[in-house]
This record gives sequence, structure tokens and C-alpha cells, in this order.
Amino acid sequence: MKNDNVRPDDLKWRCCQCQSDLVVGQVAVTYMNNRFTTDLPHCPVCKTVMITEAVAMGKMAEVEQILEDK
Amino acid sequence: MDQNELRQWENRCIQEEPPPCTAACPLHVDARAFVGQVNQGHWADALKILHRTLPLPGILGRICDAPCRLACNRKEVGEAIRIGDLERACVQRTDGRRRVMPLPKKDIAVAVVGSGLSSLTVAWDLARKGYVVTIIEPTENIGAALIKRHQPLLSAEIISVEADLLAHLGVGFVTLTEIGTADACRRCLNSHAAVYVGLDAVSGMPWEIGSREDPNRNRFAGATGRDGLFAAGDHPSAVWQAAQGRWSATSMDRWLQKVSMTAGREKEGPFETRLFTRLQGISHLPALSMADEADGFSDAEATEEAARCLQCQCLECVKVCAFLEHFGSYPKKYAREIYNNESLVLGERKANRMINSCSLCGLCEAVCPHDFAMQDLCLASRQSMVDRGRMPPSAHDFALQDMAFSQSERFAMARHAPGTTASRHLFFPGCQLCASSPGQVRLAYDHLRNTLSGGVALMLGCCGAPAHWAGRQESFSAELARWKGTWAELGHPRPILACASCLRMFKDHLPEADVVSLWEVLEEIGIRESGIILPKAPLAVHDPCTTRGEPALQNAVRRLLTHLGVEAEELVLGREHTECCGFGGLMQNANPALAREVADRRGRRSDSDYLAYCAMCRDNLAAVGKRAVHLLDLLFPDPGNSDPAGRPRPGWSRRQENRTRLKEELCRDLWGEQPATLAGYRKITLRVSPEVETILESRRILKEDVRKVIAHAESGGPRFRHPDTGQFLAVFRSSHVTFWVAYSPVADGFSVHNAYAHRMEVLGP
Ligand code: SF4
Ligand code: SF4
Ligand SMILES: [Zn+2]
Repeated sequence: MKNDNVRPDDLKWRCCQCQSDLVVGQVAVTYMNNRFTTDLPHCPVCKTVMITEAVAMGKMAEVEQILEDK
Repeated sequence: MDQNELRQWENRCIQEEPPPCTAACPLHVDARAFVGQVNQGHWADALKILHRTLPLPGILGRICDAPCRLACNRKEVGEAIRIGDLERACVQRTDGRRRVMPLPKKDIAVAVVGSGLSSLTVAWDLARKGYVVTIIEPTENIGAALIKRHQPLLSAEIISVEADLLAHLGVGFVTLTEIGTADACRRCLNSHAAVYVGLDAVSGMPWEIGSREDPNRNRFAGATGRDGLFAAGDHPSAVWQAAQGRWSATSMDRWLQKVSMTAGREKEGPFETRLFTRLQGISHLPALSMADEADGFSDAEATEEAARCLQCQCLECVKVCAFLEHFGSYPKKYAREIYNNESLVLGERKANRMINSCSLCGLCEAVCPHDFAMQDLCLASRQSMVDRGRMPPSAHDFALQDMAFSQSERFAMARHAPGTTASRHLFFPGCQLCASSPGQVRLAYDHLRNTLSGGVALMLGCCGAPAHWAGRQESFSAELARWKGTWAELGHPRPILACASCLRMFKDHLPEADVVSLWEVLEEIGIRESGIILPKAPLAVHDPCTTRGEPALQNAVRRLLTHLGVEAEELVLGREHTECCGFGGLMQNANPALAREVADRRGRRSDSDYLAYCAMCRDNLAAVGKRAVHLLDLLFPDPGNSDPAGRPRPGWSRRQENRTRLKEELCRDLWGEQPATLAGYRKITLRVSPEVETILESRRILKEDVRKVIAHAESGGPRFRHPDTGQFLAVFRSSHVTFWVAYSPVADGFSVHNAYAHRMEVLGP
């Protein structure tokens, strides 16, 4: 997953708890005992990561499928 | 599955067995492929197929007496394909010149006596294996006897083209050399490692070779009883002469290499194929005659004659199963793929999706001439995947969650009929009928209670079929045990089932429950006749795939229809050959697109409205736009719905709500129990547009999930806000899925704009 997953509009969202703007940076994800990092938007304060519909339904679904058949 | 089991499975599927023509040909020419190429007008490719098996095609292709015709399936529906004439047409269209690759030379000299078809074949086969071959011909001309016998098909030029090829392979020719004395024979034997005598052209007398009946000659092909001396070819048929030459060459090679003369030679010569080819429905076609028999087939005639070929093959199962067709192969190949999938240590398990897409409906077994049961193979493989921790989590999760819901206090319950403490009968409607038609379940229960004596208990819940289909044996056993426990507490009343899948599960896995279908019971006790609105046109009966092998049940349904006065239409694939609706085996979970295709295909078998007697069948047909009623729609009509065949399939959320509401209403109205008040997130009111409903449905996100996400966010959980739209985007991970919901608060609750989910877990920056 590369950072072309992050579109400019995604960074308009703000974290409600911390009232802060999102930043893009390395985030760890895991599935079926596989772990990797990728650039995703998240709140720099509380560290909550935002997954957009495009990422969830696109790249993530694709990688899930590949790992399930490993 | 181990190697042995794999072989047994593979052996069951006879799709790869040769067609009858090939099996009947002494040389096993792939006549089906050959004729197929001729039909396309591809003469060069057709010739290549002949080259693969025919020795000396320029000769044999012209004179073969085609015993294959006696076995050709076409003769059952017309006349046998004129394969011999097509071969002739094929070889006549080339000059016969081609490149042959000689093998590295062996330093072993063999003699071939005579230049009939059998001798030339021996020379051809042994020269290609690298032996130093010398043909010894008594007359002046190679092939003299052949030409004489097959005038005008053969000529000296034709023979010389093939003889040139032999020469190119290093075969030497000695002509005008009669070996007529015992002494000459001995000298020939002494100077060669092996000698072949072609009895189709020369006499065996000086060699003291016995007649065909001589037991010395029948130990193996070409045997004479003398070491190093081989002979054959004394058969009247040309192709048999060539075949005997070929088998003798094999014997000579084996003898020279000192290996077994007999091992692995069972398929030499004609045999009866196990291949099955359906001939029903194929129209009669006589053989094509040629404008000029002496010239042979013209191009156009050959194409037309070849077009009559049935291209024999089985594929009986693939023809009727969209799943088998979808993955592009047939069970023999699938068995191998499944085996590979299981034995794979590292790498991509390519067959996962295939294994999980089978509806386990058993139609393949019902149509297969050898009872190949793809469903057994797929189910066993799923069980093994689960046991080895290799089952993709997404394959069945949703259905298993739904089962867990059915087994929770939100639906499951068991009670004796109100005011009673014992029951002779037990109504178990199953989970999906309650999910789809809660009103009719209630009416049916009322009717059973009012009509049957001895008390009718009610049990709501799931039979565990999803766990079974998902290959989760442990969980399935636990569900059955639990069911059995409740049933025992009720005092073992006789279960009356409304769902064919439940019926299948109990009959196969809990036979002591001695279940009976609602339809058989209703036939016996009669139905309420009031208020029934009969359909105006006949209904096509769709038997659930789980009723395959239950003719009594299928008949009961038809008798009920007759009793009602409904005209029933039989579908092409009905009763024991019925098709799945796409729900079976959790196909719908693992492969929704294929399940839709299956339902759609089923729906197109007839233009009439369908009558289903399984809630899932009805709903899946309805989901692809097929008009379908459930038998209960006729027996216990809903006064509020004048067109039950047009009722859309209730969505996943609705199916859960229906179950919970049914339980609450029954408890309140029949047993006087107050339902528990809704707590926590369940109280949340959602506003969902039809567009978003569709999104939720296709992504299998329940409103229940949406409520959890919103409740979590509203009580201080993480969420994001978009400054332009004011929408919130909230997240909540429940069990193995992360749900995201975009929403905004409205006066009486929340408006849902979008929702999506993923399984991957985000650990954080
Ligand atoms: S019906 Fe299917 S499984 Fe059976 S032999 Fe034919 S191709 Fe093979
Ligand atoms: S879906 Fe039915 S017919 Fe097709 S392979 Fe599976 S069990 Fe056989
Ligand atoms: Zn924050």
C-alpha cells in the first residue's frame, strides 16, 4: 500500500477528540499473522488512524484476499 | 486426502477416457481431435495428429480399414463417421515430406525381413529409437506386396516417399535377397541382435514359425518361441498389421533392453472405453456420400462429414452445474487441484475459492454415470482447511455470525404450547423461514396447535447447517448436541420441520430425532381452506436441492398443490435432478456473484412463476427478479399482500429484525411474557436511504453493526469530522471486522450516509 491511497480531500477530516488536523505517516497493519506498514492519514495526537472507503474497498480488500489464500 | 484417495477420486471421473473410436483403433489414433481439425478445415493440424500415432501415415492413412467405425457413437444416431475416408483425404492433401528427429544411435543391429506394412512399422519404430535397422526384401522393390494388394490406393511413388523417410532415419535396404533356407536364417540371426519376420509379406516356414494358434506365439506380441526372433503381421486387416508391427517392435526393444516383456501393456490394442457420452436429443444424421468415391472427399464434403462427429465427451455434471462450469474444468482436474491445495506448504492456495464455492447440492453425483460426488470432496476439503487453520476467515464468517444470532436469546427459544406441560409434537420452523415469513410461521403454528392432538411445542433456532457447510465439524456437533438437549427437555416430541436444509441435517446427522416435514404433516391433517387465493396461472415447482433423495416429501408438496387446485408445472431439472438456488453450501457467502448467476440460471428455466418450499430458495429467486411464492404463501396467505410472488427478498438486517420480533410477539401473545426493553445501542434510531440500504446489503453490514459504531462514537469513541459537510466518520471493531460509518445526527436519531468494513487490523502509527 503506497501513499497514492491518500487523496487531498481525505486530509480535510479532523479528529474530533483532539480537534487536530490529520497527518500522513507510517502505520502498522496486520492480518492473518502478517504485519506491514504503510502510509495512512491519522491524528498526530491520539494516533487514531483513518481508513477511507477507497482504501478499505480497494487495496485493503485486495491484500486481505491474497493473504487469505496464502 | 492422500495420494491413494486422490487416485480413487480421479478414477471415478471418466471425462479423460478416450472416445470409443480411439479405444477401438488398434493404434489408438486420436480420431476425435483429428476429425475436429478436419471440420475446421485445418488439414495440416489434422495431419500432425495422425503423425503422433500412425506409423507411415502416407501408406496407412490411405488403406486403413477403419475398425473404429464399428465403435463410433454416431452410428447410434445415424451412421458411423467415415474416419478412414477422412484420413485418406488428409494424407492425399500433402506430399508426405516432413522432418523426423532420429534419436541418438544405438550400436545394435536388427534385421526386418519383408517390406509389408508390419515390417515397415517395425523398421520405423526401431529406427526412431536409434537401432541400426536393415530391411531385407526378397523382391526387387520395397513394398511390392503392399502395392499389389492395395491398388490403386498405393503406388510406387507413395511407398518411396515413406521409404525415403526411413532411409533418412538410417534404415538400410537390401533387396533381391530371399532368405529361404534354415542356414540362411541362422546366419541372419547370428549377425543381428534381433530379427523380425513380417508374415504379411514373407513366409515364416524357413524360420520354423508356427501358426497363429501356436502357444509359443502368444506369450507376448511378436513372440515366436525362439530367442531374438520375432514375427507377426499375419492378420488380414491393414491397421492390424501395422499394430502388430508396432507391438512387436516394443517387444524387441524390451527384449534387447532386458526389461519385462509384459508389464504395463494392458492398453495395447482395442479396448472398451469407460467414456460416457449422452446421445439423447441428438438428431439422426446419415454418412455423407462423395461425389466421386475414387477421388475421395472434397474439402467441402470432408468438412461436412467431420461436422457429424459428436466430439464424444462426458461433462454431464458440468453441463448442469454453473459452479463446475465457472471454474473452467471438470471433476477429475478439480480433484487434483484440491489435492494440491491441501498438500501445499507455501505459496498461493489457488483452489480455496473453488472449494468454498460449491453449493454441496449433489446434482453432479445424481447425473454422473460414476457417481462422482464433488460435494463430498469439497466438504471434506473445507473440514481439512478448518482443522489446519487454513480456512479464509471471510469465506463463511457472515453466515456463522448469523447462525450465532439465531442461537442467541434474541431468537432461540423452546416452549410447550401455552397452558401445557407436555408435547407429542414439536414445530421447528428453522431460522430462515422466520427471517423471511414470520407471519406465516405464526399462522402455521396456530394451525398445528389447533389440529394436532397431544400438544405441539415450539422451538426457534438454527439446525447448525451453516457450521456443517463451513466445514466446522466441532461447532456443528455442538449445535446438534444443544438442539438434542432442548429436545430432550421437551420430552422428545416428534419434530415437524418447515425447512428442507434442517430436514437434511437432522436426517443425516441426528436420525434418532425421526423428523417429518411440515408438508407431509399438512397433507395428513388437512389445511385451513378459508381465505386461499389461487394463482391464475400454473406454478413451476422448484424443489430445494436438499430434498434430492426425498421423493416422498416432493410428492407430498405436489399432492398439496393438487388438493389446493393449483396447476403445477415440472421444471426440466426437478426432483432428483433439481438445482440449488445459490444458498446451499454457503456458496452465497464465499462467492456471491456466482450464487447470483446460479439463482438467475434457475429462474430462467421457465417463464412461469415459481413455487418454492424453502424460504431461502424463494428469497434467492426473488433477489434476481424471479417471481416466486412460498408454499406457505398459498396455504396461509397474508391478507395484507395480494401478490406474494412479487415480494422482494428481505435484506440481512430485516431478516434479523423479523426473527427477534417473531419471538417477542409469540412470547407476548401466546405465553404472556413481556419482551425485555431495548438496551444501549439497540435503541438508536437510524435514517437510511434506499441507496445506503443497498450499500449495506451488498457489503453485508447490518444495521446492528451501524448502531454499534455510532453508539461507540457518541459515547466518546474516536471519530472524525468533515468541516465542509459536517458529517462524522466513526469506527468500531467488533470480533474480526472493523466497521466505518459516515453519519450525521438528526432530530430523532442518526442519518447514515455510508458504511464500509475491512478485516485487516490497524495497529497504529
Ligand atoms: S459426470 Fe462429470 S464427474 Fe462424472 S464422469 Fe462425467 S465429467 Fe467426470
Ligand atoms: S454445486 Fe452441486 S452439482 Fe455443482 S459440483 Fe457442487 S454439488 Fe455438484
Ligand atoms: Zn485525535
